[in-house]
Amino acid sequence: MTTTTTTTWTRVCALDALVPDRGVAALVDGHQVAVFRLGGSGDVHAIDHHDPFSGANVMARGLVGSRQDVPTVASPMHKQSFDLTTGQCLDDADVTLRVWPTRVVDGWVEIGGGTA
Amino acid sequence: MTIDQHVTDSPATPRRKKLAVVGAGMVAHRLVEALVERDADQTWDIEVFGDETRPPYDRVALTSFFNDRDPDDLLLGDGSLWKRPGVRLYRGSVVSRIDREAKVLHARNTTFEYDRLVLATGSYATVPPVEGSDLPGCFVYRTVDDVAELRQWVLDREAALGRKVKGAVVGGGLLGLEAAGALTALGADTTVVEFAEWLMPLQVDRAGGGALRRIIEQLGVSVRTSTATSKLKAGRDGKVTRMQFADGERIAADVVVFATGVRPRDELARESGLAVGERGGVVADPGCLTSDESIFAIGEVAQIAGRVWGLVGPGYTMAEVVADRLLGGTATFEGADLSTKLKLLGVDVASFGDAFAATNGSLEVVYADPTAGVYKKLVMSDDAQTLLGGMLVGDASAYTNLRPMVGRALGSDPTGWLLPEGMEPPGAGAALPDDVNVCSCNNVTAGQIRCAVTDEGCTDLAGVKACTKAGTSCGSCVSLVKKLVDVQLAEAGIEVSTALCEHFAFTRAQLFDIVRISEISTFSELIEQHGTGRGCDICRPVAASILSTLRHGHVLDGENAALQDTNDHVMANLQKDGTYSVVPRIPGGEVTPEGLVAIGQVAVDYGLYTKITGGQRIDLFGARIEQLPAIWRRLVDAGFESGQAYGKSLRTVKSCVGQSWCRYGVQDSTTLAIDLENRYRGLRSPHKIKLGVSGCARECAEARGKDVGIIATDQGWNMYVGGNGGFTPRHAQLFAEDLTTDELVQAIDRFLMYYVRTADRLQRTAPWLESVEGGLDAVRAVVLDDSLGIGADLDAAMASHVDTYEDEWAATLADEAKLAQFVSFVNAPDTPDPDLAYVEERGQRRPADEAERAVLIAGASIPVRPTTEVTA
Repeated sequence: MTTTTTTTWTRVCALDALVPDRGVAALVDGHQVAVFRLGGSGDVHAIDHHDPFSGANVMARGLVGSRQDVPTVASPMHKQSFDLTTGQCLDDADVTLRVWPTRVVDGWVEIGGGTA
Repeated sequence: MTIDQHVTDSPATPRRKKLAVVGAGMVAHRLVEALVERDADQTWDIEVFGDETRPPYDRVALTSFFNDRDPDDLLLGDGSLWKRPGVRLYRGSVVSRIDREAKVLHARNTTFEYDRLVLATGSYATVPPVEGSDLPGCFVYRTVDDVAELRQWVLDREAALGRKVKGAVVGGGLLGLEAAGALTALGADTTVVEFAEWLMPLQVDRAGGGALRRIIEQLGVSVRTSTATSKLKAGRDGKVTRMQFADGERIAADVVVFATGVRPRDELARESGLAVGERGGVVADPGCLTSDESIFAIGEVAQIAGRVWGLVGPGYTMAEVVADRLLGGTATFEGADLSTKLKLLGVDVASFGDAFAATNGSLEVVYADPTAGVYKKLVMSDDAQTLLGGMLVGDASAYTNLRPMVGRALGSDPTGWLLPEGMEPPGAGAALPDDVNVCSCNNVTAGQIRCAVTDEGCTDLAGVKACTKAGTSCGSCVSLVKKLVDVQLAEAGIEVSTALCEHFAFTRAQLFDIVRISEISTFSELIEQHGTGRGCDICRPVAASILSTLRHGHVLDGENAALQDTNDHVMANLQKDGTYSVVPRIPGGEVTPEGLVAIGQVAVDYGLYTKITGGQRIDLFGARIEQLPAIWRRLVDAGFESGQAYGKSLRTVKSCVGQSWCRYGVQDSTTLAIDLENRYRGLRSPHKIKLGVSGCARECAEARGKDVGIIATDQGWNMYVGGNGGFTPRHAQLFAEDLTTDELVQAIDRFLMYYVRTADRLQRTAPWLESVEGGLDAVRAVVLDDSLGIGADLDAAMASHVDTYEDEWAATLADEAKLAQFVSFVNAPDTPDPDLAYVEERGQRRPADEAERAVLIAGASIPVRPTTEVTA
């Protein structure tokens, strides 16, 4: 028996609509996703918008930054930092946010949904 | 049936007891301060009678009056003590009689009943029975008035004689050398005449006195020892002109200062029949109680344990004892450490413990360097292990470390402690046992200081000072306290870094200066040139604040948008459920009925929870991010602007209604508050700033709980600084008195701008004032006297802020690009966050808690706008 994995890509906005080093929230298959465009590299990252510490949907409104070489976002509620590339909370090893695949197609930002 | 209606006054409070304090010197001040601080229930009304025209001042620092020129600089405390409810100070008021039976004292033409009385009359300067000692030109050295008259005399005589004045000081002790220093500073040729064989015979030995003499003579002061003054003679004008000695020699003297000792001012006690010692001093027990159980005696007028204690330290201890006893305690005065450290004529002199080696078998370890003008001696126990005492002349830097070690093993070769200045004594600081008293003014031990670091979480000297009060009185132990703190921090593995965060190795103040003197106007330039990495939630908002103050850009202009914490980014306050609260500015708390209706209608239309804030304005809670522009469109149209309740910036200027309505108001506090709020609105700063303006001393605006508090007086405005509520509440301290409105505004301009420039991140004005070297006085000098020469610069910086202010919300509403950021979801801009859930409470809604949510969310379906989907 074989298993096929299908990634469904959701187009959420034009890349130009993203302010560098700032996030936006997007709805992907009913999930709330926080999408960030980094300054400099221009990389696009997406993690859960839900802040597991406060229970509020606010991660997209956090400040982008770095710890050592890791790009981070800090929850705007109580300032816990998360690795944007892995979703790992850098202040609490037990907490990880879901990382959503991203890609840029024809100047549009797309978020990968489907099986997680 | 009838029902009795009892009309009663407020519940009966016990009558407040009356305390009379006779004398208003340093010790009396300490007593009132201590009593007010501890008497939380205000059981005592305190009346203080001082015969001098000034409030209590620092008599020990009298000579500094010659440098500072302003006697007010010597005043103790900020003056607010005498404005406390239940405390009165009568200046220039001589108490003529105490009627102990009736418990009444007579002062001028009034009488005052007391429950308890404290004699704190101090001492007189004595004048020896020398013929001519009452001639014009003869002075004592005890009060500010003495010193002021002396100075005037010297200046007048110099003008009249057309040459340098010749001065003579009778007495080569501590006070005599102080006076000699003062005369020398006034330009007089000065001779010190000492009856004993060497100078300062009570503090140092013959060799020490010799060293002291050599240093002083090098400063141009003549010294005569073993000399008795026999006569003073007047010239034709009746003023003193010549001094004659017992050996027949004579010197010219245009001014003579007697500094031969002091005598307790105990005549009031004698006349009232209190027990008085043979050689003077009101006899008191270890509880400072005299032979009358309602009367205490403290300070230099008291004789306890058979002696009069002629230093301010023991007097302070007695004051604390009496404060304790008045509140039912049982504290006692157990003698005092008579160690002294002084700077006389610029020469350090210290003596401590058994300085004269009176202990049997004691050994003396001496280090003397006549060319360097240094004499140091340690007195050790017969086994050379335990420190018994010592004296230091010329270099007393070891005093702070040595004094607490008296009675203890030095733990190493004692000679190590006597090495020339600059060489670190062995094991200083770290070796001190926990029970050693480091700060004798405030009774703080080494252990308590260490504890402040390990248990209280203090990470710097300022924190430890605030926590323990160590080093906050005379300051002589500060270097030792710092050493203890540093050692403890190092042991605890706490690295004391002043770096802002991992991206910048600078403090906020340093970054501020970097931006101020450079052309940098963006965060990316700043971090590229002076930092590393991408920044973080610490340095980005700091950079945003600095750039805002210096470059005045809008919070959402260009790169600025990526620096703002969410509050500043959406210009509203994030709440626990991810929605925001909105606070329109209501300057001075003054709002029209139409304005209230407009705010109310917005709240109704958007279902916002409303609450009046502590800053006299209205907070509207529960606004979703995508609703903020529409809400603000309504508010701006109604004439409101951003209240910056979200920013590290000016919040509000709270005011009372003032003169315009209040029957007690003496100034127009509301107008001033509105003007100030409109002046400083939008000013970004290290932390939030709050101001308050009260129209009279009743202080309804609680101005003394604000960073800058203003209280109206008959003559103008009193300005207070450094107050706050919050985690560690602080009362603001008096900064300047009776300012005109223009003077006040300039002083606030400079104070705030200096704070904005130099404070640390998230440091409010109170801890900032503590961290500034020189504290409140130094900031006052910068602000009022322009001691750093930056006054015009600070004025210009504030003027620039005022000129470039624009309402952030009005500017945002006029800019489509900025408005585009206010969406809930980038692909469903107006869809509310589906997880929000509310319940009603007291007629308004609030976020549902966990249990309530489970009920509300279950089964609820919330429509979501379809999104564009593509399949790969």
